[in-house]
Amino acid sequence: MSIPLSWYLALSAALFSIGVFGVLSRRNAVGVLMGVELMLNAVNINLVAFWHYGAFGPSTGLAFALIVIAIAAAEAAVGLALIISVYRRRKTVVVDDVNLMKF
Amino acid sequence: MFPDASQIVFGLTALLIVVSALFVVTARNLVHAALWLIATFAGMAVLFVLLNAGFLALVQVVVYIGAISILIIFAIMLTRRVMQDTGPQTNANWYWGAAVAGLVFVGSLVLLSLPNALTPGGASVVPGFSQAPPVIPSEFANAADFNTATLANLGLALSSPDHYLLPLLLVGALLAVAMVGSINIARDDKERE
Repeated sequence: MSIPLSWYLALSAALFSIGVFGVLSRRNAVGVLMGVELMLNAVNINLVAFWHYGAFGPSTGLAFALIVIAIAAAEAAVGLALIISVYRRRKTVVVDDVNLMKF
Repeated sequence: MFPDASQIVFGLTALLIVVSALFVVTARNLVHAALWLIATFAGMAVLFVLLNAGFLALVQVVVYIGAISILIIFAIMLTRRVMQDTGPQTNANWYWGAAVAGLVFVGSLVLLSLPNALTPGGASVVPGFSQAPPVIPSEFANAADFNTATLANLGLALSSPDHYLLPLLLVGALLAVAMVGSINIARDDKERE
């Protein structure tokens, strides 16, 4: 019954990199948000794995993971509201087309 | 040596998570991508169970699979008309994104393989951290008792001013503000008159 901690960390690194790729390459803004969700999940794997292996006390990792989940929920709500608002005004959800503030 | 049961479960779960995450970022149809995202979240819940964090697995299912995925699917459906499933789904510079992502992955693995606090004999910089896999402390009769104590500890830590009461309240305030703000942002302008 032993899984080395480094396995969790490697899986987390893979998931985070996939999320980075999604954020940087998707044209659709909703796809970008899904990449961000993948990255936040990768962070949660790390927090809970370190907690499981006894780092930083009995409940620190769990508390941090819970806070990350709550922040992710808030971020998803605000992001999707922004996307719907942009869609209503400009009839597009392609991030390249939303360039009004581009310098 | 032959992998034991938990290692096999970890391997299958990791495979599910990585494969479905790859489909999330590459699927042409965004609705399919959202469904693969749900598969990724389910794999994460399995991982939390493997890590003895049953409560977090429950939260993962309720919040991510139950709420965030539905929110994302709603947003996809509401903005569907402009983004038909034809044409490229990635922007013109997607290979830069792939290069950065590969760099992040390789860099993380290199950092992981360097001598560090995780390797035996490396400097221990994390208080309380032990390389040995955790065992259930002897004062608990079985795993269920241990998990109950863990959950009780978490509840006490979240409601104690010495630990995480202030972050908990701040997160609650942030969630309330975010919900009001997103309703305000997404509301139709014509309804404001």
